[in-house]
Amino acid sequence: MVESSWVRIGLRIVSGLVLAFLYLPLVILAIYAFNESRLMAWPPPGLTLHWFGDAAANPDIRAAFLNSIVAATAATSIALVLGTLASLAVQRYEFFGRDAIAFMLVLPIALPGVITGIALQTTFKTIGLNFGLMTIIVGHATFCVVVAYNNVVARLRRLPRTPEEASSDLGADTWVTFRRITMPGMRTALLSGALLAFALSFDEIIVTLFTAGAGTQTIPIWIFTAIQRPTELPVVNVVALVLVLLSVVPVYFAQRIGGEAASIAR
Amino acid sequence: MTAPGPSTETAAPPASRGRALARWLYGRSRTQLRLLLAAPLAWIVLVYLGSLVVLLLNAFWAKDAFTGNVAPFQWTLAAFEEIFGQEVYRTIAVRTVTIALLVTLTDALLAFPIAYYMARIASPRTRGILLIAVLMPLWAAYLVKIYAWRTILQGNGFLAWVLSPFGIHGPGLSSQPNAWLVLSYLWLPYMIVPIYAGLERIPGSLLEASSDLGAKAGVTFRRVILPLLVPALVAGSIFTFSLSLGDYIVPNLVSNAKFIGNVIYDNSALGNVPVAAAYSLLPIVIMVIYLFAARRLGAFESL
Amino acid sequence: MRRLTIPAALVTIGMVMAACGSTVPSGALTSLGDGEGQLNLIIWDGYAERGAVDKAYDWVTGFEKDTGCKVKTTPMTDSANGVQLLKSGQYDGGSFSGDATIRLMAAGDVAPVNVDLIPNYKDVFAGLKLKEFNSKGGVPYGTPHGRGPNLLMWNTDVVTAAPTTWDPIFEGGAAYKGKISIYDSSIYIADAALHLMTKQPDLKITNPYQLNDAQFAAAIDLLTKQRDNGAVYWGLLTDQVQSFASGDTVIGTTWPYQVNLLQGEKKKVKAVLPNEGSTGWSDTWMIYSHAAHPNCMYRWMNHMLSPQANAEATVWFGEAAVTQKACEFAETISPGHCAQQHASDEAYWDKIWYWTTPQADCADADAATTCKDQDAWVSAWTTLRGS
Repeated sequence: MVESSWVRIGLRIVSGLVLAFLYLPLVILAIYAFNESRLMAWPPPGLTLHWFGDAAANPDIRAAFLNSIVAATAATSIALVLGTLASLAVQRYEFFGRDAIAFMLVLPIALPGVITGIALQTTFKTIGLNFGLMTIIVGHATFCVVVAYNNVVARLRRLPRTPEEASSDLGADTWVTFRRITMPGMRTALLSGALLAFALSFDEIIVTLFTAGAGTQTIPIWIFTAIQRPTELPVVNVVALVLVLLSVVPVYFAQRIGGEAASIAR
Repeated sequence: MTAPGPSTETAAPPASRGRALARWLYGRSRTQLRLLLAAPLAWIVLVYLGSLVVLLLNAFWAKDAFTGNVAPFQWTLAAFEEIFGQEVYRTIAVRTVTIALLVTLTDALLAFPIAYYMARIASPRTRGILLIAVLMPLWAAYLVKIYAWRTILQGNGFLAWVLSPFGIHGPGLSSQPNAWLVLSYLWLPYMIVPIYAGLERIPGSLLEASSDLGAKAGVTFRRVILPLLVPALVAGSIFTFSLSLGDYIVPNLVSNAKFIGNVIYDNSALGNVPVAAAYSLLPIVIMVIYLFAARRLGAFESL
Repeated sequence: MRRLTIPAALVTIGMVMAACGSTVPSGALTSLGDGEGQLNLIIWDGYAERGAVDKAYDWVTGFEKDTGCKVKTTPMTDSANGVQLLKSGQYDGGSFSGDATIRLMAAGDVAPVNVDLIPNYKDVFAGLKLKEFNSKGGVPYGTPHGRGPNLLMWNTDVVTAAPTTWDPIFEGGAAYKGKISIYDSSIYIADAALHLMTKQPDLKITNPYQLNDAQFAAAIDLLTKQRDNGAVYWGLLTDQVQSFASGDTVIGTTWPYQVNLLQGEKKKVKAVLPNEGSTGWSDTWMIYSHAAHPNCMYRWMNHMLSPQANAEATVWFGEAAVTQKACEFAETISPGHCAQQHASDEAYWDKIWYWTTPQADCADADAATTCKDQDAWVSAWTTLRGS
């Protein structure tokens, strides 16, 4: 290593401060999950576990959680399929407009969510679609495609073509080669893409607000409506805390699978 | 057209429809391409670009002030007259772009030290832990993080409590710098990871060579690391900039100011879709230009 | 978009049918069927409680059990937002204030109501039946929910002299710099105009919602000064509750509900209806013209007119009940409620300017006058808030 020890100590301190900055609100959030009072004043007057009970008993939270899982799974699946198809096309073939594909795929994520949301909402209304879980999934899949695409394309770039060529030399047709040579090579890219897309869809609020309609709630929408009611704030903190704790698992797995830095294309 | 068959020594695999299809596709690379691209392209073009077109069409349609109904295909430039006629829309645009740039800069400055530490100094085990530590806040719900900041910044919040022994008041919830602070917080992980990835890709030999040739840390940073990091920096900035450009929830909750996202959202919430659509053109144009520039700088490979 | 012309066609057909002497308003439900199992409502926050805040105040769970209609609610930030939500077609109806109702009736977004199917309707105070904000052409378009005035609220620890006029948040704003809480909606321009009715009588403002150019400019000027005094704007009432509770704001314009909530949390606030009078609202439950669950909606409208539901709802929010029977019930949960809220005192309500929509033709018979319309109000408010 080339850095002087001063630099290293300095970097260690600054990194620590940045991490503290990242976690301060989460710590405060965790403390508020135990806050006795409904209003979030500091310091909290007392601690209680009673909000956890309220959260567990709340049927809306369960329904919203289920909706979020279903929507995220469906959106991720669609995104994986579309993203893989697109990345195979872009990576393996030369054609006019190849650069435009990556550009178009990144647009749903690069343009502000409020625009995507209002565009989708206006279109769905014009067509006369019924808002609900389907419309949520359509919205989510649209911006999750690029996440899958980026991961797979990055991997395809690094995969050597020779095993595939050998495979077809040995008589395997396209599907067999794909299934037994290409796919295994892509597997970890697909998994990390899937995890990222899932996370993205699970936490998405802005586009979802526009595409959910009256009757359907995902967890972020539940949080959004609950936050507007002064009585539900402590329960919201509980839900958020539980979500963060639950998320350690997928993040850990993402790291194990990702190996080197997973691209965090959001 | 039959494919070049397998060598005659091995037995031919059983014929099947899949195999027949593969044989037919072989050599027809155009068709293969079309099949591959059909679904994703159809989705993006029909679902996404199509909705954008519908939205932008609304910008040219008339709206009745009293009933609030938008009359399709009644072309008018009223929405654009509103946007260009009133000074406030320019003020809001400038304010938003400025904050978005500030947030990007802040995040780059905050991200670099920790990304460098993770990439070049930390042991592999620490690196893994740090990466998890950096990614975890992303899983905390976006709204809840903002509300946590509200409790920190509000009149009787955490910050006020910390500062009160010094006689300084807390910032309260109506100052614009709050938005800069919270936005920088929210998107920081999106900047850390690409920079970390970019730093990891720099071969250690380059840095050693640089110091062998007598360059001090500052010079190495400026002349070796920074230029190589540009794609990663730009990739990270796509997120911090665009997410800040369009956000309306943060300015709403921690400040009193209106940003581009607020104008679009407020107008759509009030049923004024033409004005919302017309104003949406602004961030669309900005981001398209930004994306073109980003692609030039190679950011798309670092996403 | 063709969907929007269908209600217009229906209304036309309906009018022809009505001319043939039917007493049921055309477009209204003719007979009450079974509940559809679901009801989607747009409400003002606090209008459909399930006992989440206070177990004693729950008028939804009982309804759900009795009718099998599961209630889902979406709160609106202001009337224009409510109108937009209803137009989305996702809801069966909602509790709308006068500035929303007349727009919805004009656009055909809401259907007339067949009051024969609503047994409790006959108990409604005469002063609330067939008003211009809840009826069209002598046909009722909804059922009243409650009415109330916008109030001036202050933190008694900071504002020691109890205010009697709106001065402290306008001319006297400098004393509370940065801590004034104002409703974030273009309709608030009317409050400024109302204040000017006493402060600048030479402007000759007769109706705070119908303002000509000069009157409008003066109101905006007053609001700009208020903004420069560091006004903090609330869109969600919980934001105002939080900001008063945390001390970030100490005085401002509010609805009785926030006063109740803050006093319930033992915060030291008081509220008053200032001498000059105030703007206010009279809310009506209306049914969407293409409601997916009309039977549930009719049942809800009837339920909200029942004595217990109306009493609980209006005591909870702090507004006036709409039937005598509700007033009697209210005496048992909050003695003196109806008297205090002037529930049947029509003379009182003549002094309250209900929210209504600004119209280009000034909503008067005089064709010569022109006023600023809704879009102009929204545009001016955007400029005020955005600069």
